[in-house]
Amino acid sequence: MEPILTKFVREPHCYTLDFYLKHEGYQGLRTALGMKPNDVIELVKASGLKGRGGAGFPAGMKWQFVVKDTPKPKYIVCNADESEPGTFKDHLLMERNPHLLFEGCLIACHAIGAKVAYIYIRGEFLHVQHVLEQQLEDAYKKGYVGKNVMGLGWDCDIFIHRGAGAYEAGEETALLESLEGKRAQPRLKPPFPAIAGLYGAPTAVNNVETLSNVPSILLRGAEWYAALGPEKNGGPKLYCISGHVERPGVYEASMNITLRELIFNVAGGVRDGRPLKAVIPGGSSVPILLPDQLDIQASFDGVAKAGSLLGSAGIIVLDDTTCMVWLAENLLRFYRHESCGKCTPCREGTQWLLNILEKIERGEGEMKDLALLENVAGLIAGKTLCAFGDAAATPALTTLKNFRGEYEAHVREGRCTVPAPWRRRTAAAAHSH
Amino acid sequence: MSFHPKIDYREFHRSTRKMPYDDGKVFAYEPDNRARLEDIAKRYPPEGRKSAILPALYLVQRQLGYISLSSMQHVAEAIGCTAAEVEDVVSFYTMFYTRPMGKFVVQVCRTLPCALRGAERVTEELTTALGIQPNDTDSTGTFTLMEVECLGACDRAPLVMVNDSWHECLQPEDAKKLADDLRARGEDALTGCHHQSPDRAKG
Repeated sequence: MEPILTKFVREPHCYTLDFYLKHEGYQGLRTALGMKPNDVIELVKASGLKGRGGAGFPAGMKWQFVVKDTPKPKYIVCNADESEPGTFKDHLLMERNPHLLFEGCLIACHAIGAKVAYIYIRGEFLHVQHVLEQQLEDAYKKGYVGKNVMGLGWDCDIFIHRGAGAYEAGEETALLESLEGKRAQPRLKPPFPAIAGLYGAPTAVNNVETLSNVPSILLRGAEWYAALGPEKNGGPKLYCISGHVERPGVYEASMNITLRELIFNVAGGVRDGRPLKAVIPGGSSVPILLPDQLDIQASFDGVAKAGSLLGSAGIIVLDDTTCMVWLAENLLRFYRHESCGKCTPCREGTQWLLNILEKIERGEGEMKDLALLENVAGLIAGKTLCAFGDAAATPALTTLKNFRGEYEAHVREGRCTVPAPWRRRTAAAAHSH
Repeated sequence: MSFHPKIDYREFHRSTRKMPYDDGKVFAYEPDNRARLEDIAKRYPPEGRKSAILPALYLVQRQLGYISLSSMQHVAEAIGCTAAEVEDVVSFYTMFYTRPMGKFVVQVCRTLPCALRGAERVTEELTTALGIQPNDTDSTGTFTLMEVECLGACDRAPLVMVNDSWHECLQPEDAKKLADDLRARGEDALTGCHHQSPDRAKG
């Protein structure tokens, strides 16, 4: 498939307005503004565009749910808080193709009847934010954003809002809280943002890649878009491949591609030709797949059928030197640190999971700790306001399920049985945060 | 049950971080920062003025280098909320520094994709090169070393962020050189951020 979102990213000046305008830039918006908002929503629904942030919820449905009959303003909020370990696609899109995102934001605003879009970008992407701000200023100056967009008598503002280092701000209601100037903690749902979102007004929160898909749908139609991939998994997809591969990076492909092709053909295979041990296919929060499970479509439905999730398409490749207890411990330290503290099972449970995993990895574990690990993880999953709880429980559960022998060997031998040369050589300082 | 490890509740999660830091000085925005804050506040509806708290705190940090007790009170007055609301925000987000930091804040990403490519070794080498442990600042106030969670650059692993800039694909054996280069050339020593390429040299 010829790239659509990243076709020009290696060309110099591809991020500028002039370059964008030479390549059908803002033509999707022109088409959209000539249509009734509801027809835009129907078109995006027909395309089958699924949200690219992680949940895979159909974008057109999300827009349709936004309450139309209200005296309140409505908002589009773009989730650019890319934080899921293993995910780095929105970074590339914003840095190299910012106007595509602006155009997507504007079309979304027209579709739901909003006059303002906020782009919430993670604080660590300051260099990307500078590109966005500079290009947004240019778009304002030349009449593509702001008052009387393209002379068509329609007004719409886009503002950029910088986050400050909180993984949880990637959860849509926590993002709205953060955007309102509070701690990034999730809200009780319902009401969903479509009813009461930003400042209590109807809001649609969409991922960067999702919105960047919209202009081409307007330009070439829903059928063209849907036909790019397998049934219900249409359009182009950005895959982030990291870990033990020869060529880590962002790669655009149709979701017809298999996980094996992505890892072994596109990303050049496992680093130094080592044997593959396992793959995390959708960011750190999803279950592990084993080497014999890779001949599946790398689509939302394909990966789900294999027992995992495509999530944010952050494919983390693990070679045979990777200790699975260490891996779970590493990720639990992440989740312990990032737990927002709102729900007790997650706040307390992530610390307990980390304690148990550290104990086993240090070689001080007992066989009964394995059952305790499962028990604590089970007491977090499904018992929190947002999906963070499920995500935090997953690394422990999925490694236990697939690599129980490795846990048992740690306990039996009283040490890490899979030490790797790329890991720390001195004893780790406990609780280094 | 015999299994009952001790938990250090002071470090339990981010909401219990030690707060706030009183540097004994009264903070006030410089006029251009105050004006900038009002410009930013216009992006939000009047009832959403509190949205400007995060940008307001970044402006404090730009001016002072960290967020002090006095600056939180000042931000509260500028925004029109309580100091407690500002403190609530400061204590939650990791990018707001609650104490003076070194001239170069060196943050090593320690989460899985970076760790798989040697981030733990990078931290070890930097610890040796800088003579400080993570979370410490050296006696000259030049370097602060930190281990941070996923920075979203897993294809450029191991990633190190120095102040607001990135240094990509830092190999453990190059850590000492980076420290020396930072001393000599400042942030010019960093590779910065460039878009991914299929021809990227393997790290």
